[in-house]
Amino acid sequence: MNLREVKQLLDAEVLLGEESLDKEIKTVFACDLMSDVLAFVEDKTILLTGLVNPHTIRTAEMMDINAVVFVRGKTPDEETLKLAKETNIVILSTKHILYTSCGILYSNGLCGANLVTR
Amino acid sequence: MNNIQLSYNIERRDFSRAGEASSNIKKALRQLGVNSATIRRVAVATYEAEMNIIIHSEGGTIGVTVDVDKIRIDAKDTGPGIENIEMAMKEGYSTATSEVRELGFGAGMGLPNMKRCADEFSIESSKGNPTKVSIIIYQ
Ligand SMILES: Nc1ncnc2c1ncn2[C@@H]1O[C@H](COP(=O)(O)OP(=O)(O)O)[C@@H](O)[C@H]1O
Ligand SMILES: [Mg+2]
Repeated sequence: MNLREVKQLLDAEVLLGEESLDKEIKTVFACDLMSDVLAFVEDKTILLTGLVNPHTIRTAEMMDINAVVFVRGKTPDEETLKLAKETNIVILSTKHILYTSCGILYSNGLCGANLVTR
Repeated sequence: MNNIQLSYNIERRDFSRAGEASSNIKKALRQLGVNSATIRRVAVATYEAEMNIIIHSEGGTIGVTVDVDKIRIDAKDTGPGIENIEMAMKEGYSTATSEVRELGFGAGMGLPNMKRCADEFSIESSKGNPTKVSIIIYQ
């Protein structure tokens, strides 16, 4: 699936990276705790989260996550968007809550991210 | 080949610049042609170390030494130190404030995360003294 389909399925707004919506994604990770992203994520995935601040973007950057979906209609502040732009991260925003967003993507064939086992 | 050394100062409670050092380290390693899986392990370790210096210490430095076969990370601060290292290493143990938690940190996963990314891990600290974390990751 590519990001454009994610956008359509989640009825999301593209806040950044309209030109990168053809990027293919295979898996999804969802949480509000950035340490969990750093602890468990193994593959290139997208992140669904309700935590909207620059640390979300930094965390994504560290993990080579190239798209973040903010849920519950949250919109990032300018600082967060600026950092996302600098680090080439696509930002989507959906009105759905985290649970519903995950459900939609899962039922359309996207699996959870592979986790670190080392 | 000579090794390459990078060093960054980290200010206490400087949340606005949090992650900048780790981001620069990541970019430098990419330019040096280090493989992406290794870079990711280094990034997690330096980012958690950077956050710990910002959140818990009086300020410090992160040094990275890149060798042909390994990457060494040295995180040092000027105190106040850790009273019980065994406790601090436990997953879920954290003395972070609710403010820090709201930023998505303070889950008590930082030191365990660093250890998980490391091939060799050591931590030196005691109450009233600096904390030094050294990590080696083989390429
Ligand atoms: N550089 C440091 N200086 C002082 N205390 C530290 C430092 N690093 C970690 N600690 C202590 O160890 C605990 C666990 O650290 P960590 O596993 O990174 O979790 P967290 O940062 O989420 O609290 C911290 O809550 C803090 O009490
Ligand atoms: Mg920490």
